[in-house]
Amino acid sequence: MANVPVHEWTLLEAARKVREKEISSRELTGAILARIEALDPIVHAYVTVLAEGAAAQAAACDEEQAKGTLRGPFHGVPIGLKDIFCTRGVRTTCGSRILRDFLPPYDACVAERILAAGAVLTGKHNMDEFAMGSSTETSFFGPTRNPWDVSRIPGGSSGGTAAAVAAAMCFAGVGTDTGGSIRQPASLCGVVGVKPTYGRVSRYGMVAFASSLDQGGPIARTVADAAALLGVIAGYDRRDSTCVDIPVPDYLAAVERPVKGLRVGLPKEYYEGEGLSPEVRAAVEKALKALTDQGAVVVEVSLPHTEYALSTYYLIAPAEASSNLARYDGVRYGHRAEGASGLIEMMSRTRAEGFGDEVKRRIMIGTYALSAGYYDAYYGKAQKVRTLIRDDFTKAFEAADVLLTPTAPTPAFRLGEKTGDPLTMYLSDIYTIPCNLAGIPGISVPCGFSSEGLPIGAQLLSKPFREETLFTAAGAIERAIPVRRVAPVRG
Amino acid sequence: MAFETVIGLEVHAQLSTRSKIFCACSTAFGASPNENTCPVCTGMPGVLPVLNRKAVEFTIRTALATSCAVQRRSVFARKNYFYPDLPKAYQISQYELPIALGGHIDIEVDGGTRRIGITRIHMEEDAGKLIHEGEFAGAQASLADLNRCSVPLMEIVSEPDMRTPEEGGAYLRRLHDVLVYLGVCDGNMEEGSFRCDANVSVRPVGREAFGTKVELKNMNSYRNVEKALEYEVRRQVELIEDGGEVVQETRLWDANAGVTVSMRRKEEAHDYRYFPDPDLLPLIVDDSWVEELRGTIPEMPAEKIARLEAQYGIPRYDAGILASTRALADFFEASAAIYGGNPKTTANECVHWKDAVLAGTLSPETIAHAVEDRERGTISATASKKLVELVLSTGKPFRTLRDEQGLTQLSDASALDLLVDKVLAASPKEVEAYRAGKEGLLSFFVGQVMKESRGKANPKVVREVLKRKLG
Ligand SMILES: [Zn+2]
Repeated sequence: MANVPVHEWTLLEAARKVREKEISSRELTGAILARIEALDPIVHAYVTVLAEGAAAQAAACDEEQAKGTLRGPFHGVPIGLKDIFCTRGVRTTCGSRILRDFLPPYDACVAERILAAGAVLTGKHNMDEFAMGSSTETSFFGPTRNPWDVSRIPGGSSGGTAAAVAAAMCFAGVGTDTGGSIRQPASLCGVVGVKPTYGRVSRYGMVAFASSLDQGGPIARTVADAAALLGVIAGYDRRDSTCVDIPVPDYLAAVERPVKGLRVGLPKEYYEGEGLSPEVRAAVEKALKALTDQGAVVVEVSLPHTEYALSTYYLIAPAEASSNLARYDGVRYGHRAEGASGLIEMMSRTRAEGFGDEVKRRIMIGTYALSAGYYDAYYGKAQKVRTLIRDDFTKAFEAADVLLTPTAPTPAFRLGEKTGDPLTMYLSDIYTIPCNLAGIPGISVPCGFSSEGLPIGAQLLSKPFREETLFTAAGAIERAIPVRRVAPVRG
Repeated sequence: MAFETVIGLEVHAQLSTRSKIFCACSTAFGASPNENTCPVCTGMPGVLPVLNRKAVEFTIRTALATSCAVQRRSVFARKNYFYPDLPKAYQISQYELPIALGGHIDIEVDGGTRRIGITRIHMEEDAGKLIHEGEFAGAQASLADLNRCSVPLMEIVSEPDMRTPEEGGAYLRRLHDVLVYLGVCDGNMEEGSFRCDANVSVRPVGREAFGTKVELKNMNSYRNVEKALEYEVRRQVELIEDGGEVVQETRLWDANAGVTVSMRRKEEAHDYRYFPDPDLLPLIVDDSWVEELRGTIPEMPAEKIARLEAQYGIPRYDAGILASTRALADFFEASAAIYGGNPKTTANECVHWKDAVLAGTLSPETIAHAVEDRERGTISATASKKLVELVLSTGKPFRTLRDEQGLTQLSDASALDLLVDKVLAASPKEVEAYRAGKEGLLSFFVGQVMKESRGKANPKVVREVLKRKLG
C-alpha cells in the first residue's frame, strides 16, 4: 500500500495523514491541483478551479495545525462542490449562462459545513444546467466526460462531481439529487453517491430546481468516505424550514456493521422493465449474492405505482422549477440582455438568451401544468400519485429493511447519444426517481463493470432517516466486491 | 328604477412586527433604498423563507378579535408573476387555505348597528417599490427599492355586506380601530400600513343576484374610499340607466380628477399559477396557542363604547370619541378614577386635550385636578385652561401652578361680602337705578366686583351675594 499515489488515497486516509502530519495540506492539495491541471482539460469536471484559493486555504490549514489547531475532521483535505452550492465570493453558475458571472454574497449551508470541517475547496463542479439532465450535457460550459471512457457521458446532473471524484481530482464532493442526480452519475462513474432523506441536509444556499425533491448529498470513492462526509453536512439548519431537527447518528460506525438477518427487498417492478441491460442485472444480482452470503435474507416486495413515477416526477419537478427559475429575470443579478427597449423585452430576451433548451422545455411544461384549468389534471393529480408512491414504500418497508435495485438501467452511454430524444434521456432516472418522490434515502454503490469496462452501481433504499442501514448494506457489498475506484483517464 | 349598492372591502394591513415575514430584515419605514434587504428578501438563488412567528401571532389575535375561526392548518402558496418589484417573481401568500375564516365586526350607522361579515384573513408578503425617472410611460430608467419586500401583511376580506359608501367608511374605521387596539398594525394610511381595495356592484332593489362587480384600487384615505365608492356607484347606475352594461374590471381611483379609471379587464387578468410553496411547511396552529393568544385580546372598541356609556353615564357619542383610541379611553378611565365627580366633564376635558394625551405629555392627575377644582369652584374655566397649558409648558404639577399663579377663585361668600360692599358704596346711583327696576345693571356690579378681585372672585358666588345685598 505504500506506493499508492497521494491522489488515490481515500478521504479518510488523506484526513488521517494530514492530522498525523504524514503529509502537509499544501502537499496534498498540490497533488490534487496537479491532477486537475493534467486531467481536467480532458474530463472537464470543473466549471471553476480554485487553484490559488485552494493553495492559500491549504497554507492556512498548515499554519493553524502548526499552532496546534485542527479545523475539523477534514482538516486540509481537498473537496469539491457541485456548482449549485452558493459560495461566498466564488462564482456559482449552476451550469447556466444566466448565472455565468454570479458571485453569491453568502455560503450555502453545505459549503459552510465542509469549510468548518477543515476542507480545502478545490473548485466548483460542472453539472447539467440547473440540475436538469442525466448526462451533464446541458451545461452551458460544455459536457463533462466519463473518466472511464471519455467518449461517454458521466451521468448527471452531478456528473462533474462524480467524474472529479472518479478521476481523483478531489477526495470527495457534494452533489444534489432531485431525481437521481447523485446516484445515477455515481453509478456511471463507479463511485459511491448518497441521496439523503428529504430534510436531512439543509437546502439553504443550494440553487433550487424542484424544492420538494432537491437534496444535497456526498459523492466519494468509498462507502466510509461517503458516510463521514454525510455526517458533516447533515443536520438541522433553521434557515431551511423543511430541514428536520433530529440528531445525526454516527454514520461511519454503521459501515462495518454485519448484515446478518438484514431483510433485503427486491421490488419486482424494478426488474420487470425492458430497458434493464442484462449486464446491469447480472451485476446487481452479484451485489445481492454478496449480501445473502453475509447472512442477509431476501424478500420480494411490490411497489405497484412505480410505473407512474416518471410522469409524476415530470409534472412536479418542472412545475416547481418554473416558479423557482422565474427569479432569473435580469433585474438584479446574472445575465441581462443588452439593448432591450422595455421591461418585458428585457426580461424575455434575458431568459431566452440565458437558459438552454432543456431548461426552457421544463419551464414550459411546468408553467402549463400549473395553469388555470390544468392544475387539477396535472399538478394536483401528480401530488396524489406521489402520495400513493410514498405509501408503496411505507408498505414495502414493513417487510424489508432495505430495497436493492439497479441505479441506472444501463452503463454510461455515448455523448450525444440521447440529447436529441428527451424522453429516452428521462428513462435514465427511472429507478432513482421514486425515491425522491417518496422523500426516502438512497445510495448507489459500485458492484461491477460491464464487458466494455464501464462501472455499474447498485441502488439501496431505506426508510426515512435510516441512512445507517444503507451504509451497512453498501459497506457489505463494497467489502465483497472490491472494484477499482480511481478511473484510468485516457484522453 | 331604484338601485341597491353592494360593497365588499379587502384591507391590506401591515403587521407591526420588527422584522419581515420570511427573513430577519427590519420593517422600519423611511430607511434609505435597499437598506433593509438581505439575500432572502431580494430573491437570491438558493435562499429560503422562514416564517416569522410573531406575524402569525398578530394574525391569530386579529382573527380572534373579529370572531373568526382560526384554522388548525393553513398553507402558504406562491402567486407567480413577473415584475421588477417582486424579486422571486412570486409572492408568498396564503391562498386556498388561509389562517382564519368566517368572522364579523359590528358597525354603527344611522344610530343602528350593522354586522359586516369577514370572509377570511390570510397572511402574505409585500412587494417592493419602483421609482421611475420621468413619466411612467417612456421613463428613462426605473429604480427598484426592495425595502418593503417581505414586509408582513394581513389581508382581511369582508363579505359583500355593505350597502352604502358610508357603511364602507364606517367598516374601515372600525376595522382600523380594532387593529390599532390590538397593536398588530400602526394603522398609518399615508405610509401604506393600512390599504383598502373595494369590490362594488349595483343591482335593482329587490333582486337577489349580484350585479357585475368592479374592483377599485388606489384609495389611500377614508375620505377617498367613500368618494371613490360614491363615484363608482353613480357611474354604474348611470351606465345601466343609459342602457349600458357594467364590465368586470379593475379601476383605479384618481383622487385629483375625482374619477375611477379602467386599469384592466377581466380577460386581461393574470393566471397566477398558484401552488403550495414547497419551501414552507403547512402552518399548524394548535388549540393551546390559540387559547394563550385569546388571553391577550383587549376589550374591543364596540364593547368599550357600551361599557363607558353604562359605567360612567356619558353620552354614547362621547364614549365613541374616547374609544376611538385605546390610549384616550384608558386616560379617561384613569382620570375618572382619581376624581369621580361628573364624568361628562372629564370626558370633555380628555377630548379637548386629546393631542397632548396621545402625545403622552399630560397625566391623568392633571385632568382630574382640573375637573375637581372647577367643579368645586376653586378655579374658573378660564383659569383651568390656562393652568393646563402651563402644565404642558413647564411640566410642573397642576396644583402647584394654581397656587403659584394665584388663580384660586374667591368663592367664600363672607370674603366676598367686603368686596361687594365696597363696590356698592362706590356706585350709589347705579344701586338706586337697580332698585328702581333696572335689573340689567347686575352684570355691571358683577364686573366691578370681578375687577376689584382682579379676576379671582367666583362670578357665580358674586352674583348670589349681590342679589342678596341688593334685594
Ligand atoms: Zn431580508
